[in-house]
Amino acid sequence: MAEVKQVERPLSPHLQIYRPQMTSFSSIMTRITGNGIIVGVLLLVWWLLAAATSPAYFDFVNAIATSWFGDLVFTLSLLGVWYHYLAGIRHLIWDTGRYMDIKTAEMLGWVCIIGSVVLTALTLIIIHL
Amino acid sequence: MRYLTDRKRAVGKGASGTGTEHHWWMSASAVALAFMIPTWLYIVGTTLGADQQTVIATFASPFPAILTALIVIVGMQHFAKGTEVWIEDYVHGTAGKALKIAMHSLAYVIMATALYALGKMVFIGLLLGN
Repeated sequence: MAEVKQVERPLSPHLQIYRPQMTSFSSIMTRITGNGIIVGVLLLVWWLLAAATSPAYFDFVNAIATSWFGDLVFTLSLLGVWYHYLAGIRHLIWDTGRYMDIKTAEMLGWVCIIGSVVLTALTLIIIHL
Repeated sequence: MRYLTDRKRAVGKGASGTGTEHHWWMSASAVALAFMIPTWLYIVGTTLGADQQTVIATFASPFPAILTALIVIVGMQHFAKGTEVWIEDYVHGTAGKALKIAMHSLAYVIMATALYALGKMVFIGLLLGN
């Protein structure tokens, strides 16, 4: 009666038969940004370690961190942080049961995308003042 | 025959096997990070590109040091537990378990490295008399 049966189930997001839409796109982007940020974290922690190690090692890592490659990694990470930030707040709001209707949910997807670009630009402007 | 009923086995578990514990922890750490991230981005953003002495002086001072430690401790656990979600979706069985262990290990290595660097910069700061 109460036996556990192992059933072959399909993988969760049925990407092959799933039409791309704002809700699914903004959801997958939350995952991609959340995981992608780790590249920026690695470079930043490496830079912190170098600062604590020696002048020669700091010069070496700092040159990478402040090169075009470092700028690219940190700017994309910043964009990823802000997207993940807004998408996370969206989930906290959804968890209260609010704004779950499709129209509002799609609108919140646009808020995450446009908002992350705006906040990234604002951050870059403020830190360069 | 088992004497546990279906309901007894199911209550509080769900697809994850651990009930709502994971989701609740992610929500709580997300709120903590949301409060800390903007200020931390400002500190890091304004220190990146500075010379080594300025970097050490910045991260040796109390507020940036404590905030960075908090970001790394809470953030890396949030990352490690967050990766579990997509691993559970796409990678199954032993490979999935191995990948989860690898992601948790990576998170803890980053956490320990950052805390070591912070500690050493605080120490250097003390020697330099900041």
